[in-house]
Amino acid sequence: MSNHYYNAADLGKFGNIGEYQKDLADKFFAWYSASFADSALSAKEKSLIALAVAHAVQCPYCIDAYSTDAYEKGYSEAQMMEAVHIAAAIKGGAALVHGVQMMNKVKEIAM
Amino acid sequence: MKSLKAQHHILADAHEQIEILEHGVNHDDAFKLVPFQEKLEAIGLYPLKPTAPEIFQVNIGKMCNQVCKHCHVDAGPDRKEIMARETMLQCLTIIKANDSFTTIDLTGGAPEMNPDFRWFVSEIKKVNYKIKIIVRCNLTIIRANKKYYDLPEFYKLHDIEVVSSLPFYSKERTDRQRGDGVFEDSIKALQMLNAVGYGVEDSNLQLNLVYNPAGAFLPPLQSNLEKEFKEALKKDFDITFNNLFAITNLPISRYLDYLLQTGNYENYMSKLLTAFNPAAAKNVMCRNTISIGWDGFIYDCDFNQMLDLKVEGSNQHISRFNFNELANRSIVVNQHCFGCTAGAGSSCGGAVA
Repeated sequence: MSNHYYNAADLGKFGNIGEYQKDLADKFFAWYSASFADSALSAKEKSLIALAVAHAVQCPYCIDAYSTDAYEKGYSEAQMMEAVHIAAAIKGGAALVHGVQMMNKVKEIAM
Repeated sequence: MKSLKAQHHILADAHEQIEILEHGVNHDDAFKLVPFQEKLEAIGLYPLKPTAPEIFQVNIGKMCNQVCKHCHVDAGPDRKEIMARETMLQCLTIIKANDSFTTIDLTGGAPEMNPDFRWFVSEIKKVNYKIKIIVRCNLTIIRANKKYYDLPEFYKLHDIEVVSSLPFYSKERTDRQRGDGVFEDSIKALQMLNAVGYGVEDSNLQLNLVYNPAGAFLPPLQSNLEKEFKEALKKDFDITFNNLFAITNLPISRYLDYLLQTGNYENYMSKLLTAFNPAAAKNVMCRNTISIGWDGFIYDCDFNQMLDLKVEGSNQHISRFNFNELANRSIVVNQHCFGCTAGAGSSCGGAVA
């Protein structure tokens, strides 16, 4: 085990998870691939969603993969950064909206 | 910007490029991919043999009005190597004698900068007026000088298929790869081509665009990209065209330099290998193409030409052209070939799988 948790080269080994559980891995990758195919949403739109979600879940592998994929598919730097802002806005909003819960509690207990 | 050759850059040497492709940047095998030959062997395609030579591609010179960052030819205004009329005459003799060549594909550099370009086109048509001629036009040449303003009319007169580079439908990405002002000039040139009937509805004049990635990544799905290009160019500039060809950049010359300078080389090569597609390998363009250099030497493709990898056999020059030997040769392959077999594949006509 290396002395750090993330290694960029590990992204390319994602497919190896099948070594320990092939059946589930095969199902996951087939489902994953189908999810990203052109359908009601285009593969390009899905790529941008994936980029935003990658930032929301703060997955460095996903950010690596979908920064490349979204740029390959033709999004501009500005569009990609706006997608990241949406992820941040939702994450920030998700924290902040709990402020109402805090207010509710304080109002409940305060004189 | 000067060409690598004018800079006396180490990558101007084809042998050095091949050493890097085979053994890594320090020639020490610290980074080494599976040999391309082994990938072909695994799918029963090695030695790679031609199907039928149909496309006679002629690179009539390395001179160009642009100095693009990705150019595998290392073309530019400082390149003086252009095809002489005598060599063109030899090409004409071959075209006349071999009717299996149904397409003549003229490339460069900017082929229009060769002073004998128009003569050569006219003579090809005299040999066979039905033969398809493709000119790979960089678009800006049409706007570069008054003497080129009538090129759209010239193309039309000779029923030439125009294949033009336009890396993207936005100014930023295009100029980043091809130089400041290129997008604007390209748009004007496309409008001039549309004006004479190229790429417009109910016209037989074919105008095809070529996309290649402006960076260290692969092209997206050609059909999706074509739709986007068509929508954007129509909406923003009222431009129409026929087909978009998505081409992968091959690690040769200036693009190889770019990959090395930016630290992208190993990742890019690994990506090409990972994306190896047997269906694309089966349809690579070198199987139906012969590529002729400005000095008359014969190659399997324009990329092999830039790496100075001549065709196999004893008749490597058009002065000793031997159709049967070429039709039965084994195609020369090396690590750069991973660029033509990645994903949907890549050729001068775009995706192949």
